[in-house]
Amino acid sequence: MSRLPQQPDERIDRARAINFSFDGRTVAALEGDTIGSALHAAGQRTFSRSFKYHRRRGLFCCVGQCPNCLVAVDGAPGVRACVEPVREGIRVEHLNARPSLEFDVMRATDLFGGPFTPPGFYYKTFIRPRRLWPLYEKVLRHAAGLGVLRRSQDEREWRTEYRRRHADVLVVGGGLAGLSAATAAAELGADVVLVDDGPEPGGRMLADGGAEQARALVATARAAGVEILERASALGYYDGMVPVWQGDTLHQVRARRHVFATGTIDQPLVFSGNDLPGVMLAEGARRLAALYAVAPGERAVLVTTSDRGLEAAASLQTAGVTIVAIADLRRERRSAAEPLISAGAELLTEHTIVEATGRRTVSGAVLAPLGGGGGRRRYPCDLILVSGGSTPASSLPLQSGARAEYSQADGHFALGELPDGVHAAGELADHGGQAAVALSGTLEGTRAALALGLGDDATRQLAVDLAQRLLGAAAERSPVAIPPPVSGADRGKCFACLCEDVTSKDIGLTVAEGYDSIELSKRYTTVTMGPCQGRMCQLASVRLMGAETGQAPEQVGLTTARPPWTTVPMGALAGRPFEPAKRSAIHSRHRTLGATVMWAGDWRRAYHYGNPQEEALSVHRAAGVIDVSTLGKLLLRGPQAGEFLDMMYPNRFSNLAAGRVRYGVMTSDAGRITDDGTICRLDEQSFYVTTTSSGAGAVEQWFSWWLADWRMDVHLTDLTQALCAVNLAGPRAREILSSIAEFDCDPEQFKYLDGRRGLVAGVPCLVLRIGFVGELGYEIHCPAAHGEHLWDALLEAGADVGIRPFGLEPQRVLRLQKMHIIVGQDTDSESNPYAAAMPWIVKLDRDQDFIGRWALEHAAEQQSETQLVGFEMTGATVPTEGSVVVIDGRTPAGQVTSARFSPQLEKVIGLAWVPAALASDGAAITISDAGTTLQAQIVTQPFYDPAGEVLRS
Amino acid sequence: MSFLLRCPNCGVREVTDFGFGGELSQRPRARPSLRELSTYNYFRRNVAGVQREWWYHRSGCRAWFYAERDTRTNVVLWTALPGSEPQAATVTAADDRPTSSGGVGG
Repeated sequence: MSRLPQQPDERIDRARAINFSFDGRTVAALEGDTIGSALHAAGQRTFSRSFKYHRRRGLFCCVGQCPNCLVAVDGAPGVRACVEPVREGIRVEHLNARPSLEFDVMRATDLFGGPFTPPGFYYKTFIRPRRLWPLYEKVLRHAAGLGVLRRSQDEREWRTEYRRRHADVLVVGGGLAGLSAATAAAELGADVVLVDDGPEPGGRMLADGGAEQARALVATARAAGVEILERASALGYYDGMVPVWQGDTLHQVRARRHVFATGTIDQPLVFSGNDLPGVMLAEGARRLAALYAVAPGERAVLVTTSDRGLEAAASLQTAGVTIVAIADLRRERRSAAEPLISAGAELLTEHTIVEATGRRTVSGAVLAPLGGGGGRRRYPCDLILVSGGSTPASSLPLQSGARAEYSQADGHFALGELPDGVHAAGELADHGGQAAVALSGTLEGTRAALALGLGDDATRQLAVDLAQRLLGAAAERSPVAIPPPVSGADRGKCFACLCEDVTSKDIGLTVAEGYDSIELSKRYTTVTMGPCQGRMCQLASVRLMGAETGQAPEQVGLTTARPPWTTVPMGALAGRPFEPAKRSAIHSRHRTLGATVMWAGDWRRAYHYGNPQEEALSVHRAAGVIDVSTLGKLLLRGPQAGEFLDMMYPNRFSNLAAGRVRYGVMTSDAGRITDDGTICRLDEQSFYVTTTSSGAGAVEQWFSWWLADWRMDVHLTDLTQALCAVNLAGPRAREILSSIAEFDCDPEQFKYLDGRRGLVAGVPCLVLRIGFVGELGYEIHCPAAHGEHLWDALLEAGADVGIRPFGLEPQRVLRLQKMHIIVGQDTDSESNPYAAAMPWIVKLDRDQDFIGRWALEHAAEQQSETQLVGFEMTGATVPTEGSVVVIDGRTPAGQVTSARFSPQLEKVIGLAWVPAALASDGAAITISDAGTTLQAQIVTQPFYDPAGEVLRS
Repeated sequence: MSFLLRCPNCGVREVTDFGFGGELSQRPRARPSLRELSTYNYFRRNVAGVQREWWYHRSGCRAWFYAERDTRTNVVLWTALPGSEPQAATVTAADDRPTSSGGVGG
């Protein structure tokens, strides 16, 4: 166990032990540990195997930025061990190594496979012989990716909550600059949201001795009213909307001003063996020691380009790590190196590291003077601390439209001009040192508030003063050396990209093959496309590209910054994993009756109750009842209601008498059928319109749109969900209804196409006598709360005569017998009423304009190529809906849209679009159904009761 | 594509609250030729610039209203119920802020 003595800002609770398992072994941890810190403390040095070469990888950044510590936790892959808190009993497993982390057979690609797996290998190798493709594919699929997803549905359950948050100011980054900015803006009255992805807000302060200060700043921010989203990642910038992922919640934050204070990302160096476990970012090692009291190693060599590395090494030395040697790429001996030298470290200026030696972990570091030449020296050690500079974490501001400008002094791409509404503060904006970072934060927060119209003249003056002080506080920046793109390339693999195993040599090959621009080489090598998304490798790859092409970094440029900046599960973005289902108020009755329930759009509907054929027959012989509550129901009221309907339908409704019902087919202004339904005039100014179940929303929108445009005196009320409707049909329907209705159902009093209001089974109802399924029938509409009661009453009243409930399937057969079309099934977006055998619905004999009038006038004059007609099959086979009608044996000329066997008529019937020349009774047609040829005859009149006598009985 | 719209009834909301109703086009008043009719039915001007268009508040009050929007930048200049005065769409004054739709305050 390599646990250090008590560290001042450690996050662990030494009194509380936690146990978890790693690859089957129990690991002892402390509360506050991360999986990474606990494993490292327990002696684990290899955490994963790299993507392509399966090389050992150990803790490197300790802040969730590199790919080295990715593990699976309780079956979910892609977890970064170095930031994931331990919990009692979790089951942690390695990724990407078989059979084990210690012995991985795929390491063979590192030892022997190099020639077969250069960048872009899948375009070059594993191509011939082609007949082996299935084998190659299988092997490569197994080898690709990191981790395995659980297969079974219930193990993959994920529920994301969505939250829309509109704010004045969004501050991304909760370090010193971010907290300062958020507090400044909030104290001026802005509604501020602060997002931070660390274990708690504070950023670098948590590990460099400023934890207490961080907590005080957080308290101040909260007191000022800042909403702090902790352990939350800002994923990207989408036209001013920043999605923030926090646990199970996706906050969609839309702020009027954005302050980015995301800081900088510590950079590695490219040298031979730079991926060996034991090579760590100096800041990462510092975090491991300071936050978790875990010794990253015992004897360390530091390689640094700036004072930051020296400071990190000094704090590690205080914690108990021996610093053996320092390679400082700069020329002068810095005062920050003194504590290390006094303790015995050997300082080599203008030196760098060329190789990390060791088999499973680091056993030594080879340092050499810059610029080549001799003088290489190997220092035995078990830890190499790398401090290769830093790069601003500028992805989000770049996504917002900011420009990146290369800074010669810092050797990285700094933020240039920012778009309106976007601010950058702290180290992100190249301010260094506590004083400058804090001032910068306060300044940007103040500026954001001022831009919103908050504050006053005193505030404006404050901003000017802050800017002034900021200039003064710009600390003499400690010099930073710009490292060579690679060193020690002659000694072994030098990794530019840890995620995708791209070496410096690979980048040379890529340029040699002609992919000499950064966007091309990125796509060819896949550099920056792995879990780190360029954090560790973008700058390094730009330098290497520059070296290979002879260009300066600013000429090489950066690839486009893209979201998501942090790995996020698809489930967090994909929406809620449930489908909203609508059920009628009578639904429970269908369940009780044993109905087969299926989806019809977003409704759950009863398809049948066990025997669809018998259900259809019983409607014909006695009576049946079907729940049609899903129908759209719209109430139109006002002095112009009739006039409005005349405009919306090709037939007339203003001349409909009160208490009468008429069928309507709606068309678009192009004359295409869009929906159908019945309309009942309730009184002088009120019409009750029904629509198809799936068209309810669309018709309501359509009506309300035209009402908005024409501004007619009509009110539209959507009653679809407020009312239930059931259809009672069959020769015994009248006597059943009479027995429970308060009004007279005598055929002279309640004629076909009458609409009556009255009590049925004590419930106030609107009853429409219409021909829904071709039998004597009544469509009864009632308030949804009474639906079940009405259903029960009808079944009870009809029990003696053998009433049966019937579902969508028997309804389909019955309606097909009458050739009632189903809009969307038998018609499509191009069908007009003339071609769909409904010329009678279009009333052109009136002067008035209506939607679709002109198109229908044109259509009336033209013969459409195909017509919708009925057919009956010669044989007993039911053709598949969608089968093609062919002429000349194989030329497609139409299609079957509906087909069913009718038990009542004892034959197979259907509807089809056929060439106009064949659209007459008795014409023979040929149907091609998935290779089988079938014969049928055209029938132009309804198959059952063509004159409608049964309906009118 | 993510921007805000001011519903004349309900106030400022995310664009996803709304359904887009297309650019404003004038329905032919007199009997059009087939070409004019087809142009009306199937063709759009689709300007790269400021466009007057219809929006429907489908997740809210379900009202139809006009908006003028620059299709290049998605900046909405104003919205208005038919027959009403246009209201500035984007919030500019500090005391006229979009209301938060739920969530924990600071």
